Amino acid sequence: MELSGFPAYAVFFLTFVGIYGVLILGLNLQWGQTGQVNFGVAAFFMVGAYTMAIMTTAPTEDHLGGFGLPFVVGLIIAMVMSGALAFLIGLITLRLRADYLAIATIGIAEIVRQFLKNEDWLTNGVRGITAITKPFEGAGAGAEPLIYLCIVIAAVALVFFALERLRRAPFGRVLRALRENEDTARASGKSIVNFQLQSFVLGSAIMGLAGGLYAPFFSFISPEAFTNLFATFLPWVMLIAGGSGNNYGALLGAVVIWLVWSLTEWLINQVIPASMVTQAGALRLLLIGVLLQVILLFRPQGLIPERFRFKRPH
Amino acid sequence: MISVEHVSKRFGGLRAVDDCSFEVRAGTITGLIGPNGAGKTTLFNIVTGFLKPDLGRVQLDGRDVTGLAPHRLFRLGLVRTFQIPHELSRMTARENLMLVPAGQAGESVLAAWFAPRRVAGQERAIAKRADDVLEFLKLSHVADELAGNLSGGQKKLLELGRTMMTDAKVILLDEPGAGVNRTLLASLAEDIKRLHRERGYTFCIIEHDMDFVAALCDPVIVMAEGRVLAQGKMAEIRRNEAVLEAYLGGGAGHDIEAALKARDNASA
Repeated sequence: MELSGFPAYAVFFLTFVGIYGVLILGLNLQWGQTGQVNFGVAAFFMVGAYTMAIMTTAPTEDHLGGFGLPFVVGLIIAMVMSGALAFLIGLITLRLRADYLAIATIGIAEIVRQFLKNEDWLTNGVRGITAITKPFEGAGAGAEPLIYLCIVIAAVALVFFALERLRRAPFGRVLRALRENEDTARASGKSIVNFQLQSFVLGSAIMGLAGGLYAPFFSFISPEAFTNLFATFLPWVMLIAGGSGNNYGALLGAVVIWLVWSLTEWLINQVIPASMVTQAGALRLLLIGVLLQVILLFRPQGLIPERFRFKRPH
Repeated sequence: MISVEHVSKRFGGLRAVDDCSFEVRAGTITGLIGPNGAGKTTLFNIVTGFLKPDLGRVQLDGRDVTGLAPHRLFRLGLVRTFQIPHELSRMTARENLMLVPAGQAGESVLAAWFAPRRVAGQERAIAKRADDVLEFLKLSHVADELAGNLSGGQKKLLELGRTMMTDAKVILLDEPGAGVNRTLLASLAEDIKRLHRERGYTFCIIEHDMDFVAALCDPVIVMAEGRVLAQGKMAEIRRNEAVLEAYLGGGAGHDIEAALKARDNASA
């Protein structure tokens, strides 16, 4: 059974949305729950993807490894690496106020990108890493994308339930308290640094997981794939559009914005003459920017707003 | 209980607290008064770990706690409120209180994931305690309301409620009466007395309402320009020339309230 036409595209679309979904759930923990402004999403996503590629590809001269490790082991190491990076960055930056944290994370993301782009021994530089395998490769050309979609959906579900449980637990309550007023959290006996760091590391590890799922999906990664547009800006738009602080909203935002993004490509190809096709990318970006403005004006709380009232436990 | 020894704190050229020493004895309700800018709140921030002093030290129960982080002081039984209510506005009143108790298992990621029953059991107990506090403060009817929607006075009560969610030894209240109407103020004073009597809390209270201070506090410490100006019973403080001078710039009458009223009348 070879998937083609619309079903094949639907499987591709859903898998990609699922990967974005994982990424945005991680961002929602940091921004939506804790109020941390991380504009360096791309760095954690990228580190996850490269770690996955290096860990799971067959041995090669082109870059470090590959170590030929199993898929799941690769994912776990991807999470650990992104989490470890977040820990180091967090130790330095989390004492900063929100706006300074935003600036610091932009800079750090760019450092990470330049590092991975230029360290040929590690990543094969701008040429990228090829032949990253999915599990069940050779299950038949038709079944393979479907199996991978199921794996991605399982990952989304696992992350979703894990984060929902945290949100409803006292841990989530402390994070929301940090978001509302750090001094109150301090006066309530909570160690700010401790919880800030946990949220930042866990959220970033989840972004690393998204990267780990991304690399085998395309089987090829290069620094070009991790622009701030795709790996930082779009995830933020998705979260804001869907509803910051709400995990359902985060997932819906991924679906809706990726749908809009894909439709603009189709639309622009219909409208714009072939001679201007190089400018089309900028126009798409403009459209997404306008969409973000419209959302912020008319529905700043997102499609599915956060629910603030927690019922009394009984 | 708390002893402040030669504490100084500068902000640029401003000496907010200047070689300040005093003691809050266990079992007292100590008042801390003084004109605006006397350094009272800065001193509170130093004692509770929100600011580090430039000089001097702070002891709690004979132990040097200078510069200790607020959450560590909290665990030693030192709890504070804020002059401007610091409610967690997008959380319910009950949640504001449920945040407080220390040692909640569910604050650990692993326990939240893998021991949900234990967490749920604790949550029930903590919710019960929060509801008891809300009832004590007569806030039960707004338990499920977002704290940001409460009135100014209710937010003040919620500040006090936070101190009741932990086994505090000493509580520092920063202007509990500011922006609170007379009726509520009277009940606030009753609440403080009751906590003092029934739970044995030691209080240190910054307050500008002299009736409130007179009714509640003994001893009273007067600060001005970062220093301790006088201390003693309110009756003595009222007649202290130096205090009057600090409040009114000298030459005023013989009684703070009379002098304040005279000034108010003059300006009205």
